[in-house]
Amino acid sequence: MKLEVKNLCYSYGDGDALKGIDLEVAEGEFVGLIGPNGSGKSTALKNIYRGLKPDSGSILLDGEDLLTMPFKKSALKMAVVGQENEVPFDFMVEEIVAMGRSPHKKLFEIDNEDDKYMVHHALEHLGMENMAKKNYLHLSGGEKQRVLIARAVAQESDFYILDEPTNHLDISYQMQIFDFIRRLNVTVLSAIHDLNMAALYCDRLYVLKNGEIVLSGTPEEVLTEENIMNVYGVRSSVTTNPITGKVSITFLPAGINK
Amino acid sequence: MKLKKIFNRENPNLLAIVIILIVLAVVTMIVATGLGPVSVSPQNTAKILISQIPGCNNLFEPTWTRVEYNIVIGLRIPRVCLGMIVGASLAVCGVTMQALVRNNLADPFILGVSSGAAAFATLGMLFGVFSFLGTYSLSISAFIGSAVTIIFVYMISRVRGRINITQLLLSGVAISMIMDGLTQIIKLSAPNALGLHNAEFWMSGSLAGAKWAYLKLPLIVLIICMIFLQINYRGLNVLLLGEETAGALGVNVKLLQKELVLVASLMAGVTIAVSGTIGFVGLMVPHFTRLLVGGDHRKVLPISALLGGILVVWVDVVARMLIAPEELPVGILTAIIGGPLFIYMLKRQTKEK
Repeated sequence: MKLEVKNLCYSYGDGDALKGIDLEVAEGEFVGLIGPNGSGKSTALKNIYRGLKPDSGSILLDGEDLLTMPFKKSALKMAVVGQENEVPFDFMVEEIVAMGRSPHKKLFEIDNEDDKYMVHHALEHLGMENMAKKNYLHLSGGEKQRVLIARAVAQESDFYILDEPTNHLDISYQMQIFDFIRRLNVTVLSAIHDLNMAALYCDRLYVLKNGEIVLSGTPEEVLTEENIMNVYGVRSSVTTNPITGKVSITFLPAGINK
Repeated sequence: MKLKKIFNRENPNLLAIVIILIVLAVVTMIVATGLGPVSVSPQNTAKILISQIPGCNNLFEPTWTRVEYNIVIGLRIPRVCLGMIVGASLAVCGVTMQALVRNNLADPFILGVSSGAAAFATLGMLFGVFSFLGTYSLSISAFIGSAVTIIFVYMISRVRGRINITQLLLSGVAISMIMDGLTQIIKLSAPNALGLHNAEFWMSGSLAGAKWAYLKLPLIVLIICMIFLQINYRGLNVLLLGEETAGALGVNVKLLQKELVLVASLMAGVTIAVSGTIGFVGLMVPHFTRLLVGGDHRKVLPISALLGGILVVWVDVVARMLIAPEELPVGILTAIIGGPLFIYMLKRQTKEK
């Protein structure tokens, strides 16, 4: 098992944000975390990637206790692409990507040819090699997100945590980014906003609501009209798309009856 | 053309820049030593200095007067050296605080750290709280004052795990007012206890009282802090991406933040204890450094230190020349130059949001 989370609890101080979450990600799986706004998706991921410290519960990464692991070691095992992409200072794209190399570096070591190669390779992978010298602040939202993925690639870990990486991006970038991550053949745990995207890319889904996991299973098991009504409170029509073979969800506005 | 290649933003030649700046710093020190109400020619200054080096004392025929010798050795050199150290420390302190709060508007003066250091230092002097520490009692009380202020400002301006820039600047203003008020009260109620360091000195900053004895502690602190920061430059870079991301990139964020608070307070405290409040150096210097070489701390740290030293030494030259034989406090001049830059940067930052 790649990641095992047991009874994870977290509170921001005003009410519990996570009330005992259990989830598992197996080697090579693409697992999605879905749920309404404020359900705790992001909080759960931040606890897992050590942005927040859990109040209680256990997290095992490759069978080892994550909470006592040195930060450098956990950074070699998992890479994160988050929503936070504002950088207050003037950095070039390649400098941002090179930061992905930092867990590999010893105290006095400076960047060597290997690091340069990895940075170049990561940028090339994402079709960004021409932008290496550009100022990160001047990029578009989609390009910034690609740079952050390149940083994760440069980090050379085989487990990616994605916190709604395609939020605010138009559909072509959304597809591009998920396709790219699929091609990397890595283990993924991703918060996803768009249910159709979740159905297209995920092997398994967990549904969070009010800080609790209320459902889990394959997209076909989880994304039913009844479940969507219970979790999101909207009516929908769920069919199987003949081309993808995946479930496809159409939301029904008021006034249209089935 | 060559110069353009060295300072090329896309691939700056760090070694060349540092060597150029070191040469510039040495030239600055020699020229600045000669400049003042009584000027000594750079040749004579250099000769006096070289003849101080053991084994070189008979290298030159003394072409200088006794008065010139005394001015150079007794007054100007300690002052110029202090300027270098203070400038470098303030600039590096600015860089550190900016990484800590993820904003390039942070500066020990703007965030009230200088005022906190000054207030605690005066308090310390008045009540002799740290007098058992001897010569360093002043520096240590200033250090405690800056640490308390940084922690306060940091805690007030943190909203849901993020630093809110409005809160940051306003809490800086409020705290510096409180601390300046304290300093004033102490000054008015116990004028004799303060001796050389009066409230004016704390609030406007001056290098005029420089002595050899003042140099040691700030220099040691600067060197230790620079080594620490230079070792941790990756952590500083990653911290700019946000606390949560930094954790995922292998940085123990909580620990690093505490270390940065300590480093920034140490540098601010010991500097302010010997020079008073010289504002905006920590704002201006990192800003220009980043324009030159970008945001990578591996480059920003050494270059800021050198530029900061050079800047303060020259501003101090102007301060003692402008209305000679009277002296302007150097802090007033840095405020006049730095204030408008701060407003410009604030404007630009709010526009980007």
